[in-house]
Amino acid sequence: MLQVNELSGGYGSGLIVRGVSFSVKQGELFGILGPNGSGKSTLLNMISGLIKPAAGEVLIKGRPIDSYSPKELARIVAVLPQMTSSQFAYTVKETVSLGRYAHQTGFFKSWTERDEEMVQEAMQRTGTAAFSEKPLSALSGGERQRVFLAQALAQEPEILLLDEPTNHLDLPFQKDLLDLLKRMAADGLTVVSIFHDLNLSSLYCERLLLMNKGRIHALGQPVDLMVEQEIRDVYSTEVQKQPHPEVPKPQISILPERVLSKEAVDIDAHLLEHHGGHLVLRSPVPLKSLSSGVIGAGWGWRSTFVNRHVDKHYNIDNYEQEAAAFFIENGFNLQETVGMMTAVYMEDAAWRKEVQEDAYVFAVATAGAGNAVDVTHPRSSWKQHPAPGTINIWVFVNGKLSEEAFVQGIMTATEAKTKALADRGVLDVSTGTTATGTSTDSILIAATQNGSYQQFAGSVTPLGIAIGRAVYQSVTASLEKTARRKGGL
Amino acid sequence: MFSHSKKWVYPAALLFLVFSVFTGIAVGSIHIPFMQIAIILSHHTFGTSLNGIDEAFHNIVWKIRLPRVMLAGLVGASLSIAGASFQGLLRNPLADPYTLGVSSGASLGAVMVLFFGWALPFIGNFTLPIISIAAAVLTIFSVLLFARMIEQSMKLETIILTGIIFSSFLGAFISLMIALTGDELRQIIGWLMGSVSMRGWSYISLLLPFFIIGSCWLMYLAPELNAMSFGEEKARHLGIDVQRKKMMVMIAGSVLTGAAVAVSGTIGFVGLVIPHFVRLLIGPDHRHLLPVSMIAGAGFLILADLAARTIISPTELPIGVITSLIGAPVFAIILMNRKRKGGVA
Repeated sequence: MLQVNELSGGYGSGLIVRGVSFSVKQGELFGILGPNGSGKSTLLNMISGLIKPAAGEVLIKGRPIDSYSPKELARIVAVLPQMTSSQFAYTVKETVSLGRYAHQTGFFKSWTERDEEMVQEAMQRTGTAAFSEKPLSALSGGERQRVFLAQALAQEPEILLLDEPTNHLDLPFQKDLLDLLKRMAADGLTVVSIFHDLNLSSLYCERLLLMNKGRIHALGQPVDLMVEQEIRDVYSTEVQKQPHPEVPKPQISILPERVLSKEAVDIDAHLLEHHGGHLVLRSPVPLKSLSSGVIGAGWGWRSTFVNRHVDKHYNIDNYEQEAAAFFIENGFNLQETVGMMTAVYMEDAAWRKEVQEDAYVFAVATAGAGNAVDVTHPRSSWKQHPAPGTINIWVFVNGKLSEEAFVQGIMTATEAKTKALADRGVLDVSTGTTATGTSTDSILIAATQNGSYQQFAGSVTPLGIAIGRAVYQSVTASLEKTARRKGGL
Repeated sequence: MFSHSKKWVYPAALLFLVFSVFTGIAVGSIHIPFMQIAIILSHHTFGTSLNGIDEAFHNIVWKIRLPRVMLAGLVGASLSIAGASFQGLLRNPLADPYTLGVSSGASLGAVMVLFFGWALPFIGNFTLPIISIAAAVLTIFSVLLFARMIEQSMKLETIILTGIIFSSFLGAFISLMIALTGDELRQIIGWLMGSVSMRGWSYISLLLPFFIIGSCWLMYLAPELNAMSFGEEKARHLGIDVQRKKMMVMIAGSVLTGAAVAVSGTIGFVGLVIPHFVRLLIGPDHRHLLPVSMIAGAGFLILADLAARTIISPTELPIGVITSLIGAPVFAIILMNRKRKGGVA
């Protein structure tokens, strides 16, 4: 549909774009990225025929662009610039109707039914029909941008070129506009758009062109292009990639310069608060956390960690609502808190600090063997054991962990827990075999992300060894306390 | 294509024009009733009888007042449609033949013809409008070239400032020539400030062909003017051959201005005031703005001329005095509104 061969050019004598080649297929949503001054807009202006290239050629449907008359070109290519304005108070409909100019033929340029139909349709699709009789000057920047999109659509183009189309739009309209482009691309419209926002382009485009200093730095699918190294090279900015939560497309986050606190933060027993019914650890800094639990499960930055005792006949059916109400009532911010529940008494909690080389771990456990289960023996469902979890483990690390260290840390902690159960001879009552855990255990691993870097937490790494020992000892100590309580009753 | 609710403007504008024509003919040192004017006009257009009409009245209407009223109307129409077109082209509500310096250029051309007594071969009397038009075209191209040299984006103020500089510069040449002429000083100055008096039918025939060509051409270019109001890049994206159409608008506008100036001198601000008010009434769509401005401009200048010759009668004011008295404040109001609204006038 669109082919660009060895294109060079710019304004005046200076070359802004140098030797750029690529092609775009029909129905593709193609994004152009690059820092300011990388030549994106100049490239787009050459593709739209606004400026003549100094060298190379632009082929539209296989024909050189300069072989088209302006009217012919406007019936194939429509352009939505960053900002269009007028000194005069044209109404929305008048503005959109100008999109039909290239389709009006004959001396009197009569307005046909098809012209009216296309204008109405374009206004419908962009949600501008509601204010069709309003003057442009009465609209917000975002609404105006949609009017000019409607104007471009009224041209019935086969190729739509856009220059940072979401620049002046509010969040919902950014999404609406890009969703619309995506749908139209699926219907066969070829869309080439400059993007300022890397993440939006990654989400919506099939292929991306990354420009740097007038040349192509990279060209490919978002997966290949949205790589920390590429982005760092072009934008000279520290970034980190992570997956989009719902869409299989990478997202890039900038990494702000970290202002390190002068005093190292030590997470250990002096931060524990005993409130009878619940045990709280408040960290002076937010910790990067990966956890299961009732509140704040999954990834997050959390600063408050709560382990709450509930009666063993606690009704588990509505536990999420009940737990949320409890945490709010007790003054915990749900966005900052990881909350767990257990039937174990908080007096029976045990904790342990372990240091191995540069790895520094503090573990807290509440453990009761009441619902002990051997996971390797089949059973129908966990619902048959409607009692709250009985082994809750918190692992705090003073250090910077990679994501694999988080995952390995959970593995290592689980192994240590299982070993503690085995060594104490805890059995699964229904099978009579050695238990591997209980029916509703929870775990948390949280790190300050400050201090020594730990890439791994496997069982032979310093961090793994520290986690293993701290978890084993705290779980064992807590099991002993709960066993003693039961024996004492 | 556009809402039909504003169609009432056409009959309203025509009514205004007819009223202006009749009033313009009726009022003067000798009052002539509307009915008699109607009979005289009907006699000349449809060949109906003149029974009961005083021969003196007939002469006053047909030889003196009607040519004057028609000339004023044609000049007003020419300047209004040219102003509206320049405004659309330059996306500038303050542009008009006068503020752009085009009128001054045309004046200089006309004064040179009078001063040197030029007569181009084959075209005789038409030397005056032709040279005026040529000078007008030359002026607008120079003004825009110069404005672009100062500032690529050609901001509204830059263009107006450039127009004023050119006006002053060209005005100096006119003054020089007037000084060298010595005699008939007052008459030339009077002409410069604009007048449609005592020109007779011959001046109308000088202006009419250019008026028809120029105004039809501009009305034909109305869709392009609409697109170019959104900027040259946008117009190009909409499929307009911008360079060519821009050239056409500038030439057509200069033809109208040059011819109007050649027969009536410089009459300022008509091309600014009329399109501004018409735009307030019917919006900026050039397909309606141009014809309505043309009709309203004709009526306006007829009334302005009427005021010029009656206010301190028997002395006549130059008509440019009246239009400037009205136009300059309007210019100021547009500028102030524009600043307040942040760019949209």
